[in-house]
Amino acid sequence: MAKTITQEFTKGLWKEIPPFRLVLGLCPVLGVTTTMENGFGMGLATTFVLVCSNVLVSMLRNIIPSKVRIACFIVVIATFVCLVELLMQAYAYQLFITLGVFIPLIVVNCIVLGRAEAFASKNKVIPSFADGLGIGIGFTLSLAALGAVREILGTGHVSIPFGPLVTLLDTSWYPAFGFMVKAPGAFIGLGLMLCLMNLVPQK
Amino acid sequence: MEYLTLIISCILVNNILLAKFLGNCPFLGTSKKMETAVGMGMAVIFVMVVAGAITWLIWHKVLVPLDLGYLRTIAFILIIASLVQFVEMFLKKSIPTLYAGLGIFLPLITTNCAVLGATVFNVDDNLSFLMATVASFAYAVGFGLALVLFAGLRERIMLARVPKPLQDTSIGLITAGVMALAFAGFSGMV
Repeated sequence: MAKTITQEFTKGLWKEIPPFRLVLGLCPVLGVTTTMENGFGMGLATTFVLVCSNVLVSMLRNIIPSKVRIACFIVVIATFVCLVELLMQAYAYQLFITLGVFIPLIVVNCIVLGRAEAFASKNKVIPSFADGLGIGIGFTLSLAALGAVREILGTGHVSIPFGPLVTLLDTSWYPAFGFMVKAPGAFIGLGLMLCLMNLVPQK
Repeated sequence: MEYLTLIISCILVNNILLAKFLGNCPFLGTSKKMETAVGMGMAVIFVMVVAGAITWLIWHKVLVPLDLGYLRTIAFILIIASLVQFVEMFLKKSIPTLYAGLGIFLPLITTNCAVLGATVFNVDDNLSFLMATVASFAYAVGFGLALVLFAGLRERIMLARVPKPLQDTSIGLITAGVMALAFAGFSGMV
């Protein structure tokens, strides 16, 4: 345990930031980032599930038999996803409708299962909590960034989470790149962002 | 006619990979070689049809009558996980050649969100039993089609000289974007 808690937390923000450094959990990344606000909301929901499942899996790591661990992890994750689903229906119904099928699909988000398997099942509760929180925040930031890029290019304005709609580009003199907020824009936007990340030299 | 529309809509117009964004991890992970792409496609078709039929029965005959709708996510993922396990054991025992062909792709399907996604769509769209099974099959065929086409493109890209920062996943995603653009052309059909 040479790494400190702070290191566990900060590695999720740059060194192992999903989905760029860890190419996992692409479906929500592509599916919900039509606006910055949606990306941010999805990121928060995933972070919640990630932190809770990491903590619980870490607590149970000595009890769960290793042969059936994947099934156990999935049950733990699915429980928290159900919680998020019910909470969002109660308090953020509009977002729940927009995100649609991607909320239940957090269960099969490889990042959540991947962190449970690769980190939480081998480490104590506090580092697992820090790891989950770091990766979760990194994921939220990536989603919000991709959402913002797609929204600005596709419609000319950007919806700040819990804030006003800000117009950045004047789309009156040219047609906005409508395809950026549709399916193809998601792939191309993510591909180009990945390329930019690769341009930054790795330490 | 109704079924034909459903099939075309699920394979081409609402292609589960390129229009609904589900199952992208195996899409990028297993598309580097044609062989693995075909294997994955076959495995998904097989599991998705069975999963579509069973989850329909569980949803309409167990969860809805007992008013347990909120357990949907847990119930469906458990069904899919155990189904994959069962199929794996069954194939290993009785059809070893098929098992060897599908190989490592079977266990991977548990975390393929396309399978869970398709079952959730079927329930949300309120399809009949037969329609749901046909739709699952069509979604899976759409998945296989996109995967095999994409693998073909990627094999060619391997031979091309791609700028360093764009290599591998990055160029793969951009290629997928261009493919999605082509598939978007079907959107007015149904």
